[in-house]
Amino acid sequence: MLRIEDLHVEVDGREVLSGVDLEVPAGHTCVLFGPNGSGKSTLLHTIMGFGQYEVTKGRILFLGRDVTHLPIHERARMGMGIMLQRPPNIVGLRLNDLVVAAGDGHLDTEETAKALNMDRFLERDINVGFSGGEIKRSELLQLSMQEPCFFLLDEPESGVDMESIDLVGRKIHSMLYDKKGCGWEKGDRSKSALVITHTGKVLDYIDADCAYVIRGGRIMCSGRPRDILRDIQERGYGECIKCRMVKL
Amino acid sequence: MPDGQALRRRAEEALKRKGAFGRDYDLDEFEPGSSEGDTYETLEDITPEQKQTMMNVGVLPSAEERSGSLVYVDNAVVHQSSADQGMELLPTLDAMERYDWLSDYSWRAVPVDKDKYTARAYLEGANGYFIRVKAGRKVEFPVQTCMMIDTEKRTQHTHNIIIVEEGASLDIITGCATSSHANESLHLGMSEIYVLDGGSLSFSMIHNWGEKTGVRPRTGVELGKEASFVNNYVIMKPAGSVQSYPTCQLNGEGAAAKFNSIAISHPGSEIDLGSQVIMNAPHSAAEILSRSITLGGEMIARGRLVGNAPDIRAHLECRSLIMSEEGRTLAIPELEAMYPDVEMTHEAAVGKIAREQVEYLMARGLDEDEAVGMIVRGFLEGSIRGLPESLRQEIDDAVSMANLGN
Ligand SMILES: Nc1ncnc2c1ncn2[C@@H]1O[C@H](COP(=O)(O)OP(=O)(O)O)[C@@H](O)[C@H]1O
Ligand SMILES: [Mg+2]
Repeated sequence: MLRIEDLHVEVDGREVLSGVDLEVPAGHTCVLFGPNGSGKSTLLHTIMGFGQYEVTKGRILFLGRDVTHLPIHERARMGMGIMLQRPPNIVGLRLNDLVVAAGDGHLDTEETAKALNMDRFLERDINVGFSGGEIKRSELLQLSMQEPCFFLLDEPESGVDMESIDLVGRKIHSMLYDKKGCGWEKGDRSKSALVITHTGKVLDYIDADCAYVIRGGRIMCSGRPRDILRDIQERGYGECIKCRMVKL
Repeated sequence: MPDGQALRRRAEEALKRKGAFGRDYDLDEFEPGSSEGDTYETLEDITPEQKQTMMNVGVLPSAEERSGSLVYVDNAVVHQSSADQGMELLPTLDAMERYDWLSDYSWRAVPVDKDKYTARAYLEGANGYFIRVKAGRKVEFPVQTCMMIDTEKRTQHTHNIIIVEEGASLDIITGCATSSHANESLHLGMSEIYVLDGGSLSFSMIHNWGEKTGVRPRTGVELGKEASFVNNYVIMKPAGSVQSYPTCQLNGEGAAAKFNSIAISHPGSEIDLGSQVIMNAPHSAAEILSRSITLGGEMIARGRLVGNAPDIRAHLECRSLIMSEEGRTLAIPELEAMYPDVEMTHEAAVGKIAREQVEYLMARGLDEDEAVGMIVRGFLEGSIRGLPESLRQEIDDAVSMANLGN
């Protein structure tokens, strides 16, 4: 599904990613751990193609195609969808308009919004005055309508109150594991995801297959999500370098 | 009230007086447009070309769902019809003949000697439309009026008087345009608006001028107790030089006025739009919202709020997008308070579209043009609630046509 090879990325002339290698096989959900400022969001944004992130070396393969220099919307149309940690406000633009534009018309906006407790927000300007939880639900609403096959989720649980966390978690679960096929692989595990988590809380809701740890702009190790999370919790990120390398 | 002679003297003395803002026009270079014209029983009989010009500014030849229509070509009323018993719609000169009391309103909200443009309109004996909604009458459908310049190198002068009596309400949609026969002409549109106690008026204007047309409207508004007034000014197409700065006096307690202007300044255009609201009565409220874009032309957004009474509320907001390396944008917000018990705020912002916003939309599958178009449309019309459908349509069309993503 996604393969990243020796990816170097600069932001404002400063190297933030220094040779990332990572793979998300089709039908797999991988999580990405890492301390604050380690380059997690940078990696997701670069995969999506945001302009601030300059790839100076390496490449990104998506569905077997080199997308390193593909415009954002073409990646989106290939089936990539992102949930941002801090999406921008857009004054004047109603959430409804973007949600409708993101979909292809076969899903009912109102119904999808209701399921996320976001129907009251459809007429509001996008993200303007939204609380932490509302922002997450707005992102998930947009993603539900967009129906990507490959999900990039940036800390879906951060800043969400305890009540919403269950709603957010279940929604992510249903998006990732619904039976709608994605065209390249039959069966019920056709969607893939790369999920950033700081706390590991989201692991309660998804069936993660693999985990990576990023630190200082490099992948330090990979392994089984629960094992890695335990290592991080017990020994911190510093020790992680020695953690178990498992063949994916 | 000053008698005719006194007004004439004042006007004559003002003939050389330049406008407060905007480039100066030498009125001697323009002949007055003709005040004679064929008249039409129904709007459907108007020439196909004129019909098209009208439709482009939201005036419907079918007059369906309209309570009345008046069309003014050059300086002649060519059509008038009213379908509401509680409302009168007449050429201003006819109304002046019919009603002696009208001299109490005529040239009151707009002084004849404000500048050379008002003076010229007065001295030319400008006609226009007179609309009066009788007390208590809520007119269901909007009245539509069209001001069209159809001859090159001419001045069009109009003198419009609108009176919404106690407790009455009305919506007006005005389309102003030049036909393909006129470009380098001058529009001098005088509008005096009186909303009496408890009345309400919404006044919406769409414009489609020629690339060299000069536009110098002069508008004065007076509001009584609990009266409300909404003014929507939309100009999306290229124009030569437009300078408009209505003055609204809130004279009655609890009066409320709202000025929305939405503008695009194309390369070569000078668009200078503003409004001022003077709050003379307690508990009155005013809001000025301006959304503009320069695509390479000059864009000036002015706003002035004056608090002359206690317990007033006022807000002024000018936002402008710059979408070209050329052009110039200037936002001039002014607040003036004479009492401590006022709540007056303003915001002004000038800048480019944030790249982050465009990319956010692109991540949802929109291409760059679609993303920019959606943001611009939201920027222009999104924050202004209750815009009539024809204005929304005008904005949508302009955004699609301007190809703003490039
Ligand atoms: N837009 C940006 N401008 C400048 N520096 C940035 C920007 N985005 C990220 N960085 C820097 O890159 C590093 C990685 O940031 P980020 O990817 O956001 O980390 P994480 O998501 O792992 O917390 C940090 O040092 C951060 O300050
Ligand atoms: Mg981050």
